[in-house]
Amino acid sequence: MSEDIQAGLAEILEEVAGVAPADATPEKSFTEDLDVDSLSMVEIATEVENKFGVAIPDDELANIKTVGDAISYITANRG
Amino acid sequence: MTAIQLKTGAPGARILGFGGYRPRRRVTNDELSQTMETNDEWIQSRVGIAERRWASDDETLVEMAVAAGGKALAASGVAPDDVDMVILASATLEHPIPGIGPQVAHRLGITRPGAFDLNAGCAGFCYSLEVASNAIRSGSARHVLIVGAERLTDVIDQTDRATAVIFADGAGAAVVGPADEPGIGPVAWGSDGDQSSAIEMAGTGRIAMAGQAVYRWATTRLTATLEQAMAEAGVTVDDIDVFAPHQANLRIIESMHKRLGFPERTVVARDIVRTGNTSAASIPLALEALLESGEAKSGDLALVLGYGAGLTFAGQVLRIP
Repeated sequence: MSEDIQAGLAEILEEVAGVAPADATPEKSFTEDLDVDSLSMVEIATEVENKFGVAIPDDELANIKTVGDAISYITANRG
Repeated sequence: MTAIQLKTGAPGARILGFGGYRPRRRVTNDELSQTMETNDEWIQSRVGIAERRWASDDETLVEMAVAAGGKALAASGVAPDDVDMVILASATLEHPIPGIGPQVAHRLGITRPGAFDLNAGCAGFCYSLEVASNAIRSGSARHVLIVGAERLTDVIDQTDRATAVIFADGAGAAVVGPADEPGIGPVAWGSDGDQSSAIEMAGTGRIAMAGQAVYRWATTRLTATLEQAMAEAGVTVDDIDVFAPHQANLRIIESMHKRLGFPERTVVARDIVRTGNTSAASIPLALEALLESGEAKSGDLALVLGYGAGLTFAGQVLRIP
């Protein structure tokens, strides 16, 4: 399950921020390692909602620092 | 009982001409990086702005509005005497009393028009356009001058790089008149007052913006507004020659452009790159620039969308004069 989410998230990261799918590993920090800025994080949240049906409000988004954080959030909130 | 009689207006309204005023002083990103923690690369990647115009002391709201309004009157070929309504859209009046619509009208030689100010934040121009169109169609005015004028540099916090690099000054105007064939489509408008604090001047008297929240709202909620504006005007995305949303942030413009799926020939207004975010002035400034450069032509169909503090939003399909 979490592999599916990681792969889906990698697709979103590639589309939104041009991150190579191989780089989208759980330990990576969006801002520090992948050069994803705050507005791209919003785009990622929108695409996560479209793809997984999981909404990430702004206050939750602030707590998502790494790819792993995003995977955990999606896993926990997926219906 | 005697019935109240109504006037008969024009079948439609259209824009007859645009005019703009850009303050003299150009402020580059390099100049800003000398006084705040930022640099050209950061600004260009976050908001897509290369330079903006900042008004000097003598470039007051009234002076800028008069300059833009005069140009719009000249472009439209409408004499000041034939204008019977003036709407001044601004969110940055130094003093709310008096409103400046009447003085701007007076300075332009427009005598005794219905004149007032309208504050719908960065949506002010599109809100004014709907009011003008309805006034002409109901017979309460034949020609309406709309001026969006802003001095956002009066209200920015020079140390807040999230806003100080974005907001700028200027004025943009349009003359609207009667038309047998409508040149302004039905408005798709509304407001989200639950997000009133997303863009506000609270306490400090300086403008603060929740960047992520506004970005999310603009790139998700407003797509439906743009689609509604086209559907109600009876056009599709393939009919749109010019897409000129409020010049808030180049990334919002690009995101909207991508989501709507315009054909390749559609010209996109990116005046923000050299003008910054001028709130209610941005759409007429952008359209005037596209006409001057030849990228937009008379007769083109444009899709416009104003959105901003309130939160407010309004979109229309227009015929370029």
